Amino acid sequence: MSEPTEREVLERVDRVRRRRPRVTDERITLSHGSGGKATHALVEALFVEAFRNPILEPLEDQAVFEVGQARLAFTTDSFVVSPLFFPGGDIGELAVNGTVNDLAVSGARPLYLSAGLILEEGFPVADLRRIVASMAAAAERAGVQVVTGDTKVVERGKADSCFINTAGIGVLERDVRLSVSAACPGDAVIVSGPVGDHGITIMLARGELGISSDLRSDTAPLTDLVGLVLEAAPQTRFIRDATRGGVATICNELAQASQVAVVLDERAIPVRPEVRGAAEILGIDPLYVACEGRFVAAVPGERAEAVVAALRGHPQGQGAAVIGHVAAEPPGLVLVDTAFGGTRILDMLVGDPLPRIC
Amino acid sequence: MRDRPAPPDAPTPATEGGPVAVTSAMRFVDEFRDRDTARAVAARIAELCEPGRRYGFMEICGGHTHTIYKHGIEDLLPEAVDLVHGPGCPVCVIPMGRVDDAIWIAEQEGVILTSFGDLLRVPGSRGSFLEAKARGCDIRMVYSPLDSLRIARENPDRRVVFMAIGFETTAPSTAVTVLRAAAEGISNFSVLCNHVSIIPALRAILAASDLRVDGFIGPGHVSTVIGCEPYRFIAERHGRPFVVAGFEPLDILQSIQMLLLQLHEGRSEVENQYTRVVSWEGNRKAVRAIEEVMEPRATFEWRGLGWIPDSALQLRKEYAAFDAERAWEVPAARVADPRACQCGEVLRGVIKPWQCRVFGTACTPEAPIGTCMVSSEGACAAYYNFGRFSRPRAAAARRG
Amino acid sequence: MCLGIPGEVVALGDRPGMATVEVGGVRRPVNVMLVEQEGVEPGDWVLIHVGFALARIDEEEARLTLDHLEKMGQAYQDELRALAASRAG
Repeated sequence: MSEPTEREVLERVDRVRRRRPRVTDERITLSHGSGGKATHALVEALFVEAFRNPILEPLEDQAVFEVGQARLAFTTDSFVVSPLFFPGGDIGELAVNGTVNDLAVSGARPLYLSAGLILEEGFPVADLRRIVASMAAAAERAGVQVVTGDTKVVERGKADSCFINTAGIGVLERDVRLSVSAACPGDAVIVSGPVGDHGITIMLARGELGISSDLRSDTAPLTDLVGLVLEAAPQTRFIRDATRGGVATICNELAQASQVAVVLDERAIPVRPEVRGAAEILGIDPLYVACEGRFVAAVPGERAEAVVAALRGHPQGQGAAVIGHVAAEPPGLVLVDTAFGGTRILDMLVGDPLPRIC
Repeated sequence: MRDRPAPPDAPTPATEGGPVAVTSAMRFVDEFRDRDTARAVAARIAELCEPGRRYGFMEICGGHTHTIYKHGIEDLLPEAVDLVHGPGCPVCVIPMGRVDDAIWIAEQEGVILTSFGDLLRVPGSRGSFLEAKARGCDIRMVYSPLDSLRIARENPDRRVVFMAIGFETTAPSTAVTVLRAAAEGISNFSVLCNHVSIIPALRAILAASDLRVDGFIGPGHVSTVIGCEPYRFIAERHGRPFVVAGFEPLDILQSIQMLLLQLHEGRSEVENQYTRVVSWEGNRKAVRAIEEVMEPRATFEWRGLGWIPDSALQLRKEYAAFDAERAWEVPAARVADPRACQCGEVLRGVIKPWQCRVFGTACTPEAPIGTCMVSSEGACAAYYNFGRFSRPRAAAARRG
Repeated sequence: MCLGIPGEVVALGDRPGMATVEVGGVRRPVNVMLVEQEGVEPGDWVLIHVGFALARIDEEEARLTLDHLEKMGQAYQDELRALAASRAG
């Protein structure tokens, strides 16, 4: 049998990539929590398998369903960030904004949140007060109310100080059907601001890397900005907030679900100098770094300019930019036109982006 | 409508709502990524290619592999120029047995194992550092060996071990760290030394009969330490041009142009393209630091290249107190690569990543069989993550 | 082995052999013992790798390299223009 050609090998690789994921690990590792391939495999092979239902299967950031005359959006998110307090925010603010944003990006008006706290024995009450005050302030800013909650305490060592879960409900008043599988060739890909602020801030705040900067987390509620996008482009296909796994992960999810190519222009991607500097030192790509107050949107190409202008008119949307477009081929892939003039793939990460020395 | 990049000096408050510099000029980096200059150099390269002739250049260093794929440099090269990946990935050449030894140490009482991020997912025969961490070992990522020393200072009741890897680029840093530990009298810090030397690896590559390479793109950062002199035997005895290259895309393009010019003019020399950082003599202070603390091992096993004498370093007995291999009787088992693994052939430049029989099927970044796939600068990982698709190549494929 | 980044020395450290280096607006302490014989000062540029400065960056050499590359670029642009002109004429 003759040796396969490069193209045949790549086709074989593609077929393997499209196979149903399986989880063969014996134990959970940190990769499973990073938002990349390992997370996706876990969700699809374990959770979707077990819970099978049509509301879950689209795997959007929120579940959308009808109750009586109302279209509701429902979501949940857990927050385990360390350190709890960091430049630009704290775990409480994240917990509110994160869930608000998962609702907002479906086009819903976020209404009510629940808050479940798991506290470690010995956790200072003063810290708890600060966190709860942050949550209250964030809820007010986002126009939502925390209407129910729960508190548990576990023994020292069983939880890293404080874990928070928030679930949220919102109502879809607009007639929008945003979906990760709705992208079309010709669409523009837009990001609402500079990428990587939150993830780099957290990495630096942990202190182990010895790098200091003035960076702050970008945590913020996105409801207003989403509203601006939908007004400027009622035919918007898709909006998702960029959390773990960064912009790269969202573009991959979009490319795969819509079976299109997403082509990014490296020179157009907004990155703060400090984020870029830290990322260069560590050998990390800002496109994979978590944000907490940014979204990626796919809008019809002809509305791109209007959307960006609308975003930039808002204090939160200063760095908004078109970063790429959707093409028909090759389906399922994200490509980057590099600043240098070449092309490379932007694949989904396996696990967390790890600093490298090589 | 794309924004024009803000001028580099524009004020950039890092708070929400302030003006944002879309791209900041990083000095000594961005100038070497200019695409118009790239096209010009690419044109020069094309001119220097003799019609009908194919050229193979080995880029030795994993950092070069990474840059080439990350910026899509091959898209600018004529088809006649083929870049072959070499063994200069210090993670890729670590045999599985050494990963096992490190995990064995991590499992001992009171040990904190510290490691660079590059190694965390490399599979040993019983899993990776990340998996060992999931089982309960205290394994921590560090950016610098000095961070590892700090952890030792802060945890006097624990035994802190630093998994040292790298070529001559990184060995001086480990050496200086050991010297600091000695100066401060820190007794709970030791090093598991896996530093390797580039020249013996190059000799082994040149000795292999299946090598077809016309010239070498030399490792720029190793050369900041060892200088350019050590490569002369490659140009003089083996007749292959050798250009010490920087890591920005224009550096690599210029180096290829310099190699082609040498071939065109019938020369075979060592040239330095990376003059802004590399001097002919190298960094003598760094070399002295290495020699003070370390000495060559009689022999060391390289994944894919087998046992090579004088190719790796160990701590001298004067610094035995900081040598993890003396503190513990590590298993030191020789673990054969999985039968399906062809990392060795990839590291020697004999096959390309996609020619490995398990590439992308049984061996993927999420379930790697070999180090070439899991190391971020390994040829297979670089090709899988960045280079699997190329529009010029796809266009050519559609045409041809 | 290879990740070396250019950074600017912005301050000398309180301990001998250490300096604060800035890359794109973020700062890190860097050990400069391997380049100290030449005397490191704020404003110098160094190549950093795993928390150590391995070499000074010679700004003059950087300029020369860029000039050389730019000349290649200029010659190329000139040729393209000449080619276009000869076609037009």
